[in-house]
Amino acid sequence: MKIIVCIKQVPDTNEVKLDPKTGTLIRDGVPSIINHDDMNALEGALELKDRYKDVEITLLTMGPPQADVALREALAMGADRAILVSDRAFAGADTWATSNTLTAAIKKIGSFDMIFCGRQAIDGDTAQVGPQVAEKLDLPQVTYVQKIEVTGDKVTVQRALEDGYEVIEVKMPCVLTTIKELNTPRYASVKGIFEAYREKTVENWTAKDIEIDPEIIGLNGSPTNVRKTFTPEPKGKGTMLPGCDKDTVCDLFGRLKEKYII
Amino acid sequence: MKEEAFMNFSLTKEQEMVRKLLKEFSEKVVKPLAAEIDATERFPRETVEKMARFDMMGIPFPKKYGGAGGDNLTYAIAVEELSKVCGTTGVILSAHTSLGAQPIYQYGTEEQKMKYLVPLAKGEKVGAFGLTEPNAGTDSSAQQTVAVLDGDNYILNGSKVFITNGGEADIYIVFAMTDKSKGNKGISAFIVEKDFIGFSIGKKEEKLGIRGSSTTELIFENCIVPKENLLGQENKGFGIAMQTLDGGRIGIAAQALGIAEGALDEAVKYMKERKQFGMPLSSFQGLQWMIADMATRVEAARFLVYNAADKKDKKLTFSTEAAMAKLFAAETAMDVTTKAVQIFGGYGYTRDYPVERMMRDAKITEIYEGTSQVQKMVIAAKVLK
Repeated sequence: MKIIVCIKQVPDTNEVKLDPKTGTLIRDGVPSIINHDDMNALEGALELKDRYKDVEITLLTMGPPQADVALREALAMGADRAILVSDRAFAGADTWATSNTLTAAIKKIGSFDMIFCGRQAIDGDTAQVGPQVAEKLDLPQVTYVQKIEVTGDKVTVQRALEDGYEVIEVKMPCVLTTIKELNTPRYASVKGIFEAYREKTVENWTAKDIEIDPEIIGLNGSPTNVRKTFTPEPKGKGTMLPGCDKDTVCDLFGRLKEKYII
Repeated sequence: MKEEAFMNFSLTKEQEMVRKLLKEFSEKVVKPLAAEIDATERFPRETVEKMARFDMMGIPFPKKYGGAGGDNLTYAIAVEELSKVCGTTGVILSAHTSLGAQPIYQYGTEEQKMKYLVPLAKGEKVGAFGLTEPNAGTDSSAQQTVAVLDGDNYILNGSKVFITNGGEADIYIVFAMTDKSKGNKGISAFIVEKDFIGFSIGKKEEKLGIRGSSTTELIFENCIVPKENLLGQENKGFGIAMQTLDGGRIGIAAQALGIAEGALDEAVKYMKERKQFGMPLSSFQGLQWMIADMATRVEAARFLVYNAADKKDKKLTFSTEAAMAKLFAAETAMDVTTKAVQIFGGYGYTRDYPVERMMRDAKITEIYEGTSQVQKMVIAAKVLK
């Protein structure tokens, strides 16, 4: 079974601060991590590798050269192969251009049975890239996966809903996007870390390597236009109406009517 | 000086990643147990099992011998990170790796490596080292334990004291006189399994610090050790002991460094939180100067420790550097932990905060694997050569 796991290197949001003047993220000196949901995607694949013979896990990421560290960390956890798709031409990509790039890279990888993506990245929160990749590859997809069972060429998954879950059977090849309820990601071992750096390699692919139309990548290929980034104004303090008599209740109703709430 | 003799002051990415792993492991697994194992003098067996799972028990040994395929600097970083939160766990790993496993890696036959190093490096078994005797401490050549060849076996008689991991270890490197007439040229090293006939564990020491680590007496009463368990050549054991201790000092220096860093971290946190006269302690210059001294010594100790480990990795002579690192890091640990207790004031003297434990743990680093005075002997001998 061949599984492709798409991961993204993101700033550790626990450490991120906003520039009060511009409202943008201050990324300088902020440590980078593998996106949380992507760790669950990787762990999901690793658990299948623990359980079944001949599972090969290929990591795929689009990002700057520094994303090598994220791939090494994922290799140290037990993935077999890593591909870093990196090119200045990809800069400024929105989810559409990103999924174009990943789709082209996946086509170049060729054969696979499943693609795992984290539900969404903590820096963008769009949850669009996984589903877009599935659409562009014309593959069945299940999002918000919290449990995976494999039987032959079928995958039975639990898809989380707000108030429960649904059980969906899907035929391979397919795309699954995962959530934190799926598992607890393992730690890399010391040996795994040395293997990741000394025995395994990260393949670097450029735009040319994946034979992609320059018009559909990076800023050029991004229909999204970010006009402004801002921190929402904090809401003012609420008003307390002390008392439990008729006048107070009338006062409350009056105020609610004034705001057209009732 | 040749170019390779200079240290590269930046760690590799893999070393940084191992540090990150060890830091998380220490915070989540080791730190929560530190006060309890100190109070109850309990060997943290469950931590050892978890360290084995993450391949921490054989970091510098090749994969073919069950190790992680790493290096000595990474191993030192591991001991450092563990010791930041728990000096006990740091020394368990250090004694196991540097004293239990390393001599087999360095002097063992291929058969001995397969039989003993592999399970040690995998962490399936724990290692220890028995050199010190009641009358052979710093003067370790005054061994009274004897080994006599009798057919296919050596028969060992005598006892060892202050053995780290004693009673908890499965495999012991034990030194004994095979030719009393030759003094330290008549000492041999043996690999002794805990279940060998005639081998038993004596008194367990009650200690000031590193109380979760087991420190015991080893007793040999007609202990039967198969001839093939002789480590290295007969009568060459003293050299094995000395070289092993040279490397071991890097581990203890890393432990001392870690204890000092842990105390510094606690002191910094406390100084920012604790208020007196309406201001945080960190705003008082008298204490700022203490913290500046502590941080500077820690930084210097770190460079000495990493330098010694780096030299060992590059197969350069490192004996003097290891002695300097151990001397300086141990004195730094004692100095920094004592100052940390001072900064915490009355609270620092109680068991509600970890700094008093760190101060107790620090003291041993000036004593074991060669006292500070022995380190000075080693350093002076080299400098005045």
